[in-house]
Amino acid sequence: MAAADPPAQAGDGFAVRTEGLGKRYGAQDAVHDLDLVVPAGAVYGFLGPNGSGKTTTIRMLLGLISPTTGRHELLGHPMPDGLLAALPRVGSLVEGPAFHPHLSGRANLTRLDAADQHADPATRHTRIGEALERVGLTAAAGKRFRAYSLGMKQRLAIAAALLAPRDLLVLDEPTNGLDPQGTREIRHLVGALAQEGVTVLISSHLLSEVEQVCTHVGVMRAGTLVAQDSIEGLRARQRAELVLTTPDPDRARVVLQRAGVRELAASADGLTGTPGEQPAERIVEALVADGVRVRGIELRTPKLEELYVQLTGEGFDVRG
Amino acid sequence: MASLLRSEIGLMMSRRRNQMGLLVLAGVPVLLAVATKLSGGGGEHGGGADFISQVTQNGLFVPLASLTLELTLFLPMALAMVSGDAIAGEAHQGTLRYLLTVPVSRVRLLAVKYLALVFGAFVAVTVVLAAGLIAGTLLFGARPMITLSGTTIGVGAGLWRLAIAGLYVVAGLCALAAIGLFVSTLTEQPIAVTVAVMVVTSAMWIADQIPQLSFLHGWLLVDRWPAFADLIRQPPVWDSIVQGLLVDGAYAVVFLLLAWARFAGKDITS
Repeated sequence: MAAADPPAQAGDGFAVRTEGLGKRYGAQDAVHDLDLVVPAGAVYGFLGPNGSGKTTTIRMLLGLISPTTGRHELLGHPMPDGLLAALPRVGSLVEGPAFHPHLSGRANLTRLDAADQHADPATRHTRIGEALERVGLTAAAGKRFRAYSLGMKQRLAIAAALLAPRDLLVLDEPTNGLDPQGTREIRHLVGALAQEGVTVLISSHLLSEVEQVCTHVGVMRAGTLVAQDSIEGLRARQRAELVLTTPDPDRARVVLQRAGVRELAASADGLTGTPGEQPAERIVEALVADGVRVRGIELRTPKLEELYVQLTGEGFDVRG
Repeated sequence: MASLLRSEIGLMMSRRRNQMGLLVLAGVPVLLAVATKLSGGGGEHGGGADFISQVTQNGLFVPLASLTLELTLFLPMALAMVSGDAIAGEAHQGTLRYLLTVPVSRVRLLAVKYLALVFGAFVAVTVVLAAGLIAGTLLFGARPMITLSGTTIGVGAGLWRLAIAGLYVVAGLCALAAIGLFVSTLTEQPIAVTVAVMVVTSAMWIADQIPQLSFLHGWLLVDRWPAFADLIRQPPVWDSIVQGLLVDGAYAVVFLLLAWARFAGKDITS
């Protein structure tokens, strides 16, 4: 099967591309009309609250469930026909770790590697050792999986995704159950893998967890992709806000208008507005020159998190 | 394929539950031999083809009698258990999604799982025969066998027939394993598979006992399972055995195809 490996990162520079991908269960659209694009070499943060369709999407990408609409490509292979050709180059962690509880961590990895027709049995021992080392699990490799903590289980699942050289890693909530240090280590690992040229699709319900490593972000809400952009593109969408505290709002308004500040609004103790080209220090200069008493001035850039909350909503409601 | 099959068999044999199951299978012949020895003679068992009454004369009848005893419940149960683990167990544990994304093609996975079940059937029957032979020989000795036809065959020939009887029982269990594999693709609950396979087996044994359903008997998987007794005739009578093998084969083909049809496009949501 799939004798000739495809050239690495085939597919016009896209590791993953979907067109109108959708999954319907009965009357409910779990995922609707998804156009997901993961450029080769990107670290793609796939964000959304629990139940927004991230895992369903990932299952479709990996061929575990069949889409009801649309199509997609993985490493340039059209799915589902190219599944067996693409997946050897894809490491994945889907909806939490799952292993045989009565086998040790190492025995579980051995089983997965034995299932891989592309894996060379001669290098099996070395590769498993390296993967365990990479996730810091060498010392616990001989323990039964049932005795692992949630963090260790998660690490073993990541080790399994790293058993062979990969072009794409699909990591579904890899930091689930990890303590802050473990989360940092995963971020570090993802960063290092990206440096090696591996494309990473990493899902999370927390933007803050992945923001630092991502080059691209896609945001899911209720089964649809509500935003998809590079992280700079996303930042550029956000406008800074100028907050001025002054007892002379009327005079300040005139000066600010002259300085190109738009959307001026009165606040309890001054004015707010959206600054234009003028840098803050020039605005202060102009205000002072016109005799406006400036008690405080602040240029506030909203955090990406705020945009994320805006996109995904904050409610506790689970879609029925 | 070979590497995954080895891993699969290793996984099956490493389960404590399955090891216990083999102990139970081995326990029946030992219990039979010891009980017969202690009671000092065969209670009259109607003298039919169940071989129990012959045990005291010849230890070689212990494995045959044990096959008869375990054919209705313990052997099918062993297969019902391991076929629950095959697909449903992996789905239940979540390991199925990781096997499929390795990737292992679904057809290849079904093939490996079925071959492992076949191996399991072989091991189960071998354990029954071996335990029976050891217990029987130790307690009653091995002598030339008096066949059901009244003639005598040597120990060597007797052992050969025993081996063929064992293979015949394995074939029946392989057909049952195909049913088990199919049911295993339907659910994520391994215990549900075990129960379902036992219900199907028991229902067929019951139907096989009801004379009013005689038109159905030829179609029942278990109907000719006891036909291995015909091997202990001189010369062996092959008719029922050949028919039994044909029924086994038909069941295996039908249910393997059903398993494939079900599993090939199934959404794996576990």
